[in-house]
Amino acid sequence: MVELKNVTKIFGEGTVNENKAIGDTSIKVEPGDFITIVGSNGAGKTTLFNLISGNVFPTQGSIFINGNDVTKVPEYKRAKNVGRIFQNTTLGTAGQMTIEDNMIIALTKGFKGLKRSLTNKKREFFKEHLEKLDMGLENRLKDNVGLLSGGQRQAMTLLMMVLSKPDLILLDEHTAALDPKNAQIILELTVKYIHDYNLTTLMITHNMNHAIKYGNRLLMMDKGDIILDVKGEEKNDLTVDILIEMFHNIRNKDFENDEVLLS
Amino acid sequence: MIEGILVEGLVYGLMVLGVFITFRVLDFPDLTVDGSFPLGAVIMAVMLVNNINPFLALIAVFAAGVAAGTLTAVIHNKLKVPNLLAGILTMTMLYSINIRILHNRANIPLLKTETIITKVTALTEGIIPESVAVLLLFVIIVIIIKSLLDIFFHTDLGLTLGAMGDNEQMVITQGVNPEIMKIIGVGLSNGLVALSGAFAAQYLGFADINMGIGVVVIGLASVMIGEFLFQSSKISMLTLRVLLGSILFKGIMYAGRYYGYYINMTPNDLKLITGILIILSLVISKAKKRIN
Repeated sequence: MVELKNVTKIFGEGTVNENKAIGDTSIKVEPGDFITIVGSNGAGKTTLFNLISGNVFPTQGSIFINGNDVTKVPEYKRAKNVGRIFQNTTLGTAGQMTIEDNMIIALTKGFKGLKRSLTNKKREFFKEHLEKLDMGLENRLKDNVGLLSGGQRQAMTLLMMVLSKPDLILLDEHTAALDPKNAQIILELTVKYIHDYNLTTLMITHNMNHAIKYGNRLLMMDKGDIILDVKGEEKNDLTVDILIEMFHNIRNKDFENDEVLLS
Repeated sequence: MIEGILVEGLVYGLMVLGVFITFRVLDFPDLTVDGSFPLGAVIMAVMLVNNINPFLALIAVFAAGVAAGTLTAVIHNKLKVPNLLAGILTMTMLYSINIRILHNRANIPLLKTETIITKVTALTEGIIPESVAVLLLFVIIVIIIKSLLDIFFHTDLGLTLGAMGDNEQMVITQGVNPEIMKIIGVGLSNGLVALSGAFAAQYLGFADINMGIGVVVIGLASVMIGEFLFQSSKISMLTLRVLLGSILFKGIMYAGRYYGYYINMTPNDLKLITGILIILSLVISKAKKRIN
């Protein structure tokens, strides 16, 4: 599905601000994987996503999606296979456009032609899906997305992403900006979509319990390296304590920011 | 006088629609306008003087405007130049090109040349007064172009263009190349601006290479004035608002020109007034936001 081979990303190479965000990392994501990623701030989690989505290009190494070398392929081309949701709830939708306009743009990936796809049939289709969100959005097709709450916007972003049928989805702390109740709703919706549409998923989270509870594989990152890769049976037996213990053993140091990981 | 304000408002309204597309829809402040407006005017004038079919001339004008906008977008895309600078570059180069199109002259009169306007007035002579005929002509032209734009913005491509200015990341996430969208948007915008210049030349009776100075500011002021009229998120209402803003702006300028001398104002002060109008609009909309 996705494979990174010896990928290194250095920002500001050759300057005093040189910063190795990802160091010689290799990882293979199998179809159907649901991988959770934890790590403190600056561990390289988002850079890893930026590399996979094509937002930044690696300094060294190569990236493959579905067996094709996409190392130098621009973000918009990779977007045909890769869906991404950000922490910022406004990044997934256009706030000054209506719900139905947003959804029609998201329905097909790639260049849009001069046809008018927004028909009543499509509106019914959207309503059907919005109804399942249980947020009353099905009656607000002509409302601007800017009028929705953060949770509603993120739910719409999720739905729009799912309808565009990506192979791989990248979730970058996509519930972190929401209040606990909405965060839970969005997370449950995410898990439901992942199962319903059999989506290969990478999910960054700051919540250790979520990281352990969801998915079939867990990655822990620190200072640009993947220091822990737990899957299958071993993951089922994980607890937060075991995870922290493992971290201590690997890095042989105190957790400076336990609270970040445990929040 | 009122017909004059309406006609000028409509003629410049096409340019304002172009400015609206770049500044508001695409969020791409484009200064190419100051060059593509006279570009449209000089191409139209030269082709009319050479007895080329005016409708063919209009197509050429639109194509030239699109080309100018495309150049700006490509400079911005490929050389990673800020959009303002890319527009200034194209605008500056167009100044020389416009003089060349006029065969090294600064202006060309059209008073004795047959234009679309003279054709229409000749057709309607004796039936309706000339000023009304001209007004009707531009009402029809502008309604056609506005309707085409409204339809365009309802297509998938048009909607994606709308999303561009709102949220570029979303457009990328949908697998659309943002560079192509910028070329389409800025190209379309300058095509409209060039058409506006072509009609302005016919209405004023001349084309002058300096007629583009400050046009983008006029466009921006008109867009902003229009935004005070009413609120809407429907594209047909937004384009209507743009046209009404353009007419209102021309009205204010007429007032400045005819009654300004009471307060020692000359026509040379109009650019100052335009600038102050924009600043006032910004201040008022900011105050409004704070109240809300």
